[in-house]
Formats: sequence, structure tokens, C-alpha cells
Amino acid sequence: MLRAGERASSRTLLRAFALTAALAAVTVLAAVVALGLGEMRISAVDVVRALVGDAGTAIETVVVQWRLPRVLLGVVFGAALGLSGAIFQSLTRNPLGSPDVIGFDSGAYTGAVVSIIAVGSTALVIPSALAGGIATALAVYLLAYRRGVHGFRLIVVGIALTALLGSVNTYLLLKASLWQAQMAAVWGAGSLNGLDWSDARAGAAVVLVLLVPLLWLGRRLRMLELGDDAAAAMGVAVEPVRLALIVVGVSLSAVVTALAGPVPFVALVAPQLVRRITRAPGVQLVPAAVMGAFLLVTCDMVALNVPPIALPVGLMTIILGGAYLVWLLVAQSRKELR
Amino acid sequence: MTTGTTAPEAGAAGIGDRADRRRRRLLGLAAAAAALAVLVVLSLVFGSKPLPLGEVIEALGRDNGDPRVIVVEQRIPRTVLAIVVGLALAVAGALMQGLTRNPLADPGLLGVSAGAALGVVLAVRAVPAAGDLLQVWAAFLGAVATACAVFLIGSMGGRGRSPVTLVLGGVAIGAVLQGIASTVVLLNQSAFLTMRSWQAGSVADLGWPAVATIAPFVGGGLVLAAYAARGLNATALGEDLATALGGNQWLTRIAVVGAVTLLCGSATAAVGVVWFLGMMVPHIARWITGPDQRWILAYSLLLGPALMVAADVVGRVVVIPDEIPAGVVTAVIGAPVLIFMVRRKKASGL
Repeated sequence: MLRAGERASSRTLLRAFALTAALAAVTVLAAVVALGLGEMRISAVDVVRALVGDAGTAIETVVVQWRLPRVLLGVVFGAALGLSGAIFQSLTRNPLGSPDVIGFDSGAYTGAVVSIIAVGSTALVIPSALAGGIATALAVYLLAYRRGVHGFRLIVVGIALTALLGSVNTYLLLKASLWQAQMAAVWGAGSLNGLDWSDARAGAAVVLVLLVPLLWLGRRLRMLELGDDAAAAMGVAVEPVRLALIVVGVSLSAVVTALAGPVPFVALVAPQLVRRITRAPGVQLVPAAVMGAFLLVTCDMVALNVPPIALPVGLMTIILGGAYLVWLLVAQSRKELR
Repeated sequence: MTTGTTAPEAGAAGIGDRADRRRRRLLGLAAAAAALAVLVVLSLVFGSKPLPLGEVIEALGRDNGDPRVIVVEQRIPRTVLAIVVGLALAVAGALMQGLTRNPLADPGLLGVSAGAALGVVLAVRAVPAAGDLLQVWAAFLGAVATACAVFLIGSMGGRGRSPVTLVLGGVAIGAVLQGIASTVVLLNQSAFLTMRSWQAGSVADLGWPAVATIAPFVGGGLVLAAYAARGLNATALGEDLATALGGNQWLTRIAVVGAVTLLCGSATAAVGVVWFLGMMVPHIARWITGPDQRWILAYSLLLGPALMVAADVVGRVVVIPDEIPAGVVTAVIGAPVLIFMVRRKKASGL
């Protein structure tokens, strides 16, 4: 069954491969440009030389010590968000079922706000944001569960909890000192500002660890797309696999949120763009990851360099992604009309 | 969303039945008014310093020191503001649900409040000395633009569309607007300070000036709402039938958008974004009265203030001597209600 399908879709596969390669190339290019931009402009040649250790110490400090962790994190986090979105959109069978839309980001934000205000330091932000995101995800899953999880219910339950947590966050910020509140609000805007090598190492390590179970789960995700019964017939333990996928997807999203704050809509848009370009019917994890990396690196570069003051990348993605989402809804309802 | 069950007054009902139903509805309305009155009294009695009812009554009549200050200068204005905001949001929610025939419509959920809030934020940022009136007008601009955009999205997709499309469109637009607003606020420390308390939906410490600023606009919104109610009853029958009945659907729509703008813009300019109130109240009203929009609006007019005042009282009482803003309380109550609604077999049609 899968064999026959594979043959028929060899063209889609080729398109996906070409897209991935092209996107990867463009992402590398964007990364090199991003490394050269800033208060001190550095030519692309010098950037490459600095990366291989063949430039002066001054340039090397700027490129490798200051700018590289940010760009690297843009790539890693973008990929993580793209993967997370692809997993959730496949599970909910809905383009809008991505973690940012259904409220996991706000759970992670609540965790971070609680730790910033209650503990007063940023040391516990990462674990508490992870805990908050995963707890919210489980709550959404359980509340939406009724003889299986239906996509529509999952989304509305997510929206309800987002509103609830948003209000709680506002209240917590109100109780905090101005300094703490502003710190939390800066974090909440979603930005790669001020991330250094230690953050980059930690973030990349967690994402890599999460990729391991995904190697095993990816095939099963494809089978789940054929329907629960078909997947069960092929020997997939449907609900455990689904739960595992949710945990991995949430963790990927929560790592990003923990270090950079909520960066909305990348998880929503990346898999959708891939799907539209390759015209493939199902989930495509690797292209979605590369697309996410491309989007985040480019958005961050623009947000940092184009406006008169550096804006948080979260603002860029929210405007781009929101516009895309509205367009998507319009396109979807047009299709329904036909 | 079948058309058959939504006819306001089933034609087969006898005259006696109708009179009976009317009496029941009026009785219910009286009960709602009584509930509101009780809540207002509670709102004057409870707070970080609970006062005995006797002292409250005494304070209303003559100057008896501390109680007089607390009751007259703090609790009465905030209660009145809660009433105005509550009825504005409830009526706005009822109108939106009636027009979109979507049980999940809510000014907060559909992003209209976020649009109004962005208007206020931009006004404060652009004109630091912006008076209340300018802020209210900025809120109207934001609200009307968002309402039009959301209704446009909602009106696409024809008959079989799921109620979620509209909600998602609203949530998306709301998220974008809120993201822009919070960034604008973030880049400016003084704006951050003033916006922080406003964003939480609190009716405390705003006093009579806030009430006086928004009351005329809320009044205008209610007049438009009263005009739109009859047309909305026709809308409930479906677009084709409504046109056949002769009502002008476009006028109804414009009246609804105008009313929602005035009501929701005023409420948001005064107290910030309040979630779910506009969703819950019309549901309670519809549950009591059935689908006649005029009765739903009348009930919302009383139940909205009741819920808002109740939320304010609860927020004052649970963490004495601290306070939880009323907007946070409505979100905490409303989210489970929304979840309950989608967990039922089907979201209830209108």
C-alpha cells in the first residue's frame, strides 16, 4: 500500500527534496548576510574567513563570539518550531492546529512569568517555561479528549486556555515590580536579543535530544495520517504514539519559548508553506524544519536591521504570520464555497 | 443552525400560550433585575474593608467619616462603571452572536476588543497627553476596523461553514493587533506603566470621569442595538427568508457594526480587554428566553451588569487585602464555560 503510494508520489518527493535543498542554500546565504550586518558591517568574504578562523581577532570576535550564537539559534529554533508545527498540524489534521494557535506558548509564558516574579531571577525560567508549556498541552489534550481528540475541539479548548492564561499573566505582571514586569514583558515579546554561546549550546543540545525520538515517531506520524484504524491495523499503538508525538512537539516549541520567549506563527506557517509549494498531501518533517529555519533567520535579520530601532523578532513573525493566517482562512472558505 | 427551530414565535402557538410565555419572560426579567440589585448591594458592602449594611446606608445619607469616603468615592463609582461596562459588552456580544449566528462570538474572542485596545495604545503613544475622549475615539476606530474585517471573514464560506472559522479569524486578527500593541507599549516605559493596569480589565480607581466619558457612547450604542434587534430576528431565519420578509439586511448589519463599535470601544477604552462576558451572557439569556433577539438583548442588559459586578466583587473578596481585576475573574469563569460548550455533542446553533 505504501509502496504503490510512494511510486505515485515520486514527483512530490522530488519537489520536496528540491525545495529542501534550495531553502537550505538560501538559509545559509541569509545566515552569512546576517553575520555581516550590524553596527560594524563585515563583507561576506570576511564573514566566511572569520568562520574558518582566517580573519583578524576583532572581526572574529564580532562574528563568532557575538553574532554567530544568535544566527545559530535562529536556525535551530526555526527548525524546532517548523517541526513542532508539522507534528501538530498532522495530528489535528488542521492547518490551524499548531502549538502557538492552541495555546502552548501562553502556558510556557505563564511558567516563565511565575518564575521571574516568584523567584526573581532568570535561572529557573527555562525549566518553569518547559513545565508550563507541557502542563498546558496536557490540559488542552485532556480537556479536548472525548473518545479521541477531535481537531476542532482541540483548537477551541486551546483558545479558551490561552485567554485564561493571558489574563493570569496580565494579573501576575500587575503584581510584580515594574522592573520584573518589564523583564517578563521583554521576554514575552519573543526575541533572540542577548542570547550568547551558553544559550546556543543549551538550546541546540535539547533540540538534538528531541530529534532522537522523532526519528522513530516520524514514520508512525505518517501512518496516523491514514486514519486511526488504518494505523492500528499496521501495528501502531495509536494513543500512546499520539501522546509521545504531543510531548515531543510541545517540548520543541517549549524550548524555543523558554530561551527566546514566544515566537508566534512560525510553527503555523512553515509546514503550510511547504505543503503549498510541494503540493504534497501529508506531513513533511524535514522540509518544514528547513522552512522554519529560513523564516526565523530572515525575520530576525530584518527585525534587527531594517527598522530604526531593533524590534523583537516575535513582532515580525506575528505580523507576517497573522496576515498569512487571515489569508489562509479566506482561501479555505473560498474553497468551501465552490 | 437549522432555520426551522429558530423562528422567534412559533406560529402555531395559541394566544394563551403566548401571553403565558410573555408573563414568564417578564417575571424572569424582574428576577434578573432583583439579582442585579442584590449584587450592587454586595458590591457596596464587600471589599478590602467590609462594612456592615447599616453603615453603608448611613453613609449614603450623611457624612459618617471613613465609610462615607469608601462607599461614595470608591465603591459607588466602580459599581456604576462595572454596570456600564457589563451591559455594553453583553449587548455587544448578543448582537455579534445574532448577526453571525455563531454561538462563540464574543468581542474579546473575535478580536474587536484587541482592535480597540490597539487604538488606545497608539493614541497614548502618539499623543502622550491624550485625554480620555481622544482615547475613546481611537478605540472606536480600532474597533470598527476590526469588526468589519472579522465580519467579512465570517461572511465568507457560505452555509456549511463551521463556527470555528469566524472565531479563528478573529483570534488571528486579535493576536496580531495585540502583538503590535504590546510591542508599542514595550518600547516606551511610561506607556508601559499606564497600560499595565489598564490591560487587566479592572474597574477600580477610575471613578466618575470614566463613566461620564463613555456613558453617552454606550447610550448611542444601545439605541442602535434596539433598532437592530428586529432585523436580527429576521436574520435568524436565514438570509433568503430575511430578504423576502422585506427587512433591510444591510441597514441591520450597519446598525450592528455601529452598535458593537460604540459599545465595545467604550468598554475597552475604559477598562481594557474583558474576555468572555459577551459570550456567556447572551447564552444565559437565550437559555431563559428562547431565540427572540429583543428579549435576549433585554436580558443581556441586566445580566451583563450582574455578571460584571459579581466578577468585581469576587475579585475584591478572594485575595483580601489585594484585588484581582474583574477582567481576570471573567476570563477564569468564561474559559471553562467555553470548554464545556465545545465538549457538548455539538456547539449549540442559533
